[in-house]
Amino acid sequence: MLMLNAKPSVKSTLKALLYLAPFLIITGTFAVWPLIHAFLMSSYTHYNYYTNRVSAIGWGNFITLWHDPTFQLACRNTLLLVLVVMPTTVLLSLLIALEINRSRHLAGFFRTIYFLPFVTSTVAIGLVWNWLFRLDGGLLNRFLGCFGINAIDWLNDPHYALPALMVVCVWQGLGINIILFLAGLNHIDQRYAVIATLDGASPWQRFTNVTWPLLLPITILIVVNTSITNFKVFDQVYALFHGTAGPSNADLTLMYYLYQKFYVENQFTLAAASGVVLFVLVGGLTLLTYGYYRHRRRQLGGR
Amino acid sequence: MMRHYLKLVTRTLFLTLGAILILIPFAWMLVTSLQPAATTLTIPTTWLPKSLQWLNYWHVWQAAPFARYCLNSLLVTAATTVGQLITSILAAFAFTYLQFYGRRTLFGLLIALMLVPGELLLIPNFVTLAQFHWVDTYAALIVPWLASVFMVVALHQAFRSQPATLYIAAHLDGASDWQYLWHILVPTTRPIITAVALLQVIASWNAFMWPLIVTNSDNLRTLPIGLIAFTTAEGANYPLLMAATVCVILPLLILYLGLQKYLVMGISATHLKG
Repeated sequence: MLMLNAKPSVKSTLKALLYLAPFLIITGTFAVWPLIHAFLMSSYTHYNYYTNRVSAIGWGNFITLWHDPTFQLACRNTLLLVLVVMPTTVLLSLLIALEINRSRHLAGFFRTIYFLPFVTSTVAIGLVWNWLFRLDGGLLNRFLGCFGINAIDWLNDPHYALPALMVVCVWQGLGINIILFLAGLNHIDQRYAVIATLDGASPWQRFTNVTWPLLLPITILIVVNTSITNFKVFDQVYALFHGTAGPSNADLTLMYYLYQKFYVENQFTLAAASGVVLFVLVGGLTLLTYGYYRHRRRQLGGR
Repeated sequence: MMRHYLKLVTRTLFLTLGAILILIPFAWMLVTSLQPAATTLTIPTTWLPKSLQWLNYWHVWQAAPFARYCLNSLLVTAATTVGQLITSILAAFAFTYLQFYGRRTLFGLLIALMLVPGELLLIPNFVTLAQFHWVDTYAALIVPWLASVFMVVALHQAFRSQPATLYIAAHLDGASDWQYLWHILVPTTRPIITAVALLQVIASWNAFMWPLIVTNSDNLRTLPIGLIAFTTAEGANYPLLMAATVCVILPLLILYLGLQKYLVMGISATHLKG
C-alpha cells in the first residue's frame, strides 16, 4: 500500500488517474483544448461560426490585424500603458514597502489600507473613478479648482483619457506589489544590514549593496507580473468610459479590441488572432525577463 | 535622537499621504451614496451632507433586482470555490503521494499552462459552450472554472512540505490514502487551503469579462454585470449609483478585514515559487 518511493505500476497509475480525473477533464476541456483551438481559430480565414465550417486557413487574420489602424492604436495604447504604469507602480510600491518595513508600530495598519484596492471589484471602483474624474462636480476638478487650475475634461478629452486610465491602474496595482515586496524584505537576513552598518555603510549604500541585490529576484517577478496585468487591462476601461473605449478610442487596449471584435462585431477569428498576439507579447516578455535574470545571476556567480 | 525623530515623522507623513490617496475613492463613494439623490450635479457634493440619505440603499434595492444579482454572485462564487478546492486537493494529492507514469511530464505541462493568459481562452471557450448549448446558463458561469492549475501547484507545495512520517504513521495505523487525505492532510494544511480559497472567492466575486460574455438574461447576472446594467439605466444619478457600488464592494471588504493574514499567505503561496 505504501507508495512514497515505490516505482509506478499500472495499478498505481490507474489509482492516481482516479484522483486526477476531475481536474484533468475540466482542464483538458477548458484550458488545453481552447489553447489549441485559439491557435487554430486564428488561422481560419473563412469560417462560419453557426455551422462551425472552415473553408480556408492561412495568415490572413494576422495580415488584416497588421494593416488595421484600430489594432495599431490598441497596440500603441497598451504599450504606452505598460511603459508608464509598470515602472511607476513598481517604484512606488518598492518605496512604500521599504517605509512600511521600517515603521514598526503602524506596519499592519498601512498594509491593510494599501491592499484594499486588490480585493475591490475593478468594475465597481472604476465607476467611482468615473465619478471622481467628471468635468462637472467631479472631486478631482474641484480639488484642482482650489489651486486656480481650470477644470479638465478627463474622460472626454482624448489627451487626458489615457492618463486617467493610468492613474486607476497604478492605484489598483500597488497593493499586491507591496505585499510581495514586503514578503521579499522579510526573507532578507537582518544580519547583513547589521554587518554593513558596522562596516560603516550609509543607509543608501546599505540599500544599493545589500537590500537591492537580495530583492532582485522578487523585483523581476513583480516587473513581469505588473507588465502582464497591464497588458490585459479591460475592466477599468469598460467601467471608466461606461462601455466604450474612451473618446476617439483613446483608451482602446488590446483586450478591449479583442472584446470589440469578438462580442460587438462577431469577428471570432480576428479576435482569436489578436488573442494570439497578446499571448505572444506576454509570453515573450516573460521568457525574455527570466532569461535576462538567469544570465545576470550566472554573471554574478550564483547558481 | 532629533534626526531619528525627524525621520520617523517624515516616514509616517509619506505613508499617511499615500494611504489617504488610496482611501479617497472609497470615502467619496460612501459620502456620495448618502447624498440626496439626483441633486449631486446641481449642488456641489459636500464631505458632510446635512442629512444622510440612508434610504438611497433601499431605493437601489427596489430599482433593480439586486437581491437576485447578489444571490447569483453568491452561488457562482461558492460553487466555483468549492469545486476548485475539491478537484485541486485530489490532484495535488496525486502529484504529491501517488506514483504514476508520466508524473513529471504532466506536472511540467501544468507549470507551462500557468503562463497562458486566460484571456486567450475566452473565445474558444465560448465556442465550446455554444456547442454544449450552455450559453446563458449557470453552467457557463461555473463549470469552466472548476479547475485551477494555480491552486493545484500551491497545494502541491503545501502537501509536499508535510513530513513523510505523518503519511507513513497514518498507514501503519491502517488508514487508506483516502482517509489520510481527508482526515489528516486537509486538516493539517487548513490555513493554506483557506488562503487559496479566499483568493478564488475574490476572483469569482469580482469576475467581469467572462460573465459579461456568456450571459444575456437579467436573472443570470452577477453583481458586477448587474451594476453596469444599473449604470446604463440610471445614468448620472450618482448617489444611487454609488450606493449600488457600495453593495458590490462591501462584502469582500468585510471578508478581507477578517481574513487578512490568510490572504497574504495565499499570495505568497501562489506567487512565490522557490
